[in-house]
Amino acid sequence: MDAVLDNLDLYFKAFGYTVALFLVSGVTSMILGTLLAAFRVGPVPVLRWATSVYVTLVRNTPLVIVFAAFSFMAPMLWGPLNFRWLSVHIGGFDFTAFFAAAVVSLSLYTSSFVCEALRSGVNAVSVGQAEAARAIGLPFSGVMSQVVLPQAFRASVPPLASVQIALIKNTSVAAVFGVAEATSQMRSITNDFSSQRTEIFIAFAIGYVVIVEVFSFFAARLESHWRVAR
Amino acid sequence: MSTTVLYEAAGPKARLRQRIYTAVSVVALLAIVVWFFWRLNESNQLSYDKWEAFVTPDYLRVILVDGLLRTLQMAFFAIIFAVLFGVFFGIGKLSDHAWVRWPSWLVVELFRAIPVLLLMVFTWYTLGIKAENSAFWAVIIALTLYNGAVLAEVLRAGILAVPNGQREAGYAIGMRKTQVMSIVLLPQAVKIMIPAIISQCVVALKDTALGIYVVAPGLTYVVKQVYLEFHNRVPAILVVGALYVLVNLLLTALASWLQKRYVREKKPLDTPPLGDVQRR
Repeated sequence: MDAVLDNLDLYFKAFGYTVALFLVSGVTSMILGTLLAAFRVGPVPVLRWATSVYVTLVRNTPLVIVFAAFSFMAPMLWGPLNFRWLSVHIGGFDFTAFFAAAVVSLSLYTSSFVCEALRSGVNAVSVGQAEAARAIGLPFSGVMSQVVLPQAFRASVPPLASVQIALIKNTSVAAVFGVAEATSQMRSITNDFSSQRTEIFIAFAIGYVVIVEVFSFFAARLESHWRVAR
Repeated sequence: MSTTVLYEAAGPKARLRQRIYTAVSVVALLAIVVWFFWRLNESNQLSYDKWEAFVTPDYLRVILVDGLLRTLQMAFFAIIFAVLFGVFFGIGKLSDHAWVRWPSWLVVELFRAIPVLLLMVFTWYTLGIKAENSAFWAVIIALTLYNGAVLAEVLRAGILAVPNGQREAGYAIGMRKTQVMSIVLLPQAVKIMIPAIISQCVVALKDTALGIYVVAPGLTYVVKQVYLEFHNRVPAILVVGALYVLVNLLLTALASWLQKRYVREKKPLDTPPLGDVQRR
């Protein structure tokens, strides 16, 4: 246990990066995913089709490949995408190019799952609701923003929570691409104290379990608070 | 709700507006595609020597046999073991005995909550980072534990989805608990589970790519050797991505075919989310 107790500052800093990755990508993926979902059910056939192609492609690509694309391919396509211009320091945390590439990859990857979760939520809204909204003369944007999406968001809280929990776990992939978050810190501590690998593993596993359980607690609260009678 | 109830059949004004939206989005999408290939070409990524490795039969054979086949092997072993793991702990969670139920719940909940990559690093160090094939088995074990925990949840939902009369009929003709489970409930539950198992195959296959972090063999490893030799990282990323997407789409097609052919059940299984204490 000494290996972790002596490095508690590193341990908490690593989980700080994990939480930061999760929070930033979580919010971005929700915004992007909502936009995609609107395209996905909208009246413009080309956008419906393009979104469905995008979602299918991204959902079937391993996250590592998405990360590789944004770490090595994107900078070649367009210079500023190397994110070298980014260097924010808050407290002891440095948010640099690696962090930005990780956030972009995680957000784009997760947004396709958010889109699917929201689409299933839209499908759960009863037909009468949309018909009533049209009957009082609302245009598509009004039907969506005033009537369907508020209900769809509520109906899709459980699938959205699963998507975001998957995102918490997926932040570990950033370890492969140079972000010093929990999994990469676990590997480096294990490398230094390999005789204590079990204790180190348990300590880091507990960190992830705590984050996941705290998030699910709030998601469950939100769901019971928001549940609508249908 | 089908999407067509979301908007009226378009009138003349709306048709014009939709045509404008369509035109704008077609132009935007085309611009993105053209820009993508133009930039690839500008940065010299489309030249023959960058793609040579992927059209030369000898290299192709190495990529497909040492790479893709080895990756598929890892995913295959992981899924077989995960199904066994899932059956064991899924039934454990339904046990009448608290001392079986609680540990099973703990194991399933734990392995669902921690990242596969963390498990992979741990099993890699446990097997010995220098030991032969340790990375190969580390990937398989990590994927087994994670996917097994997910499948345990699916199996439990599958068994609970079998109509209650089946279980009662089993007890009525004098079967034991074990017999009711293995002869009556499991066969029906597994049938309902088939699509879920296949979509878990897609997850397992995608996660084999994480093996790159523990230097595991497979597609990512082989292609890494290729791009180190040919300095063609971008084509390599595109090829690996395309191969994964292709295999996953084939698996998805298989899943929906099986669903139609054997299951005919439209409703997906209702598995509880993580940390849902009421429904353990």
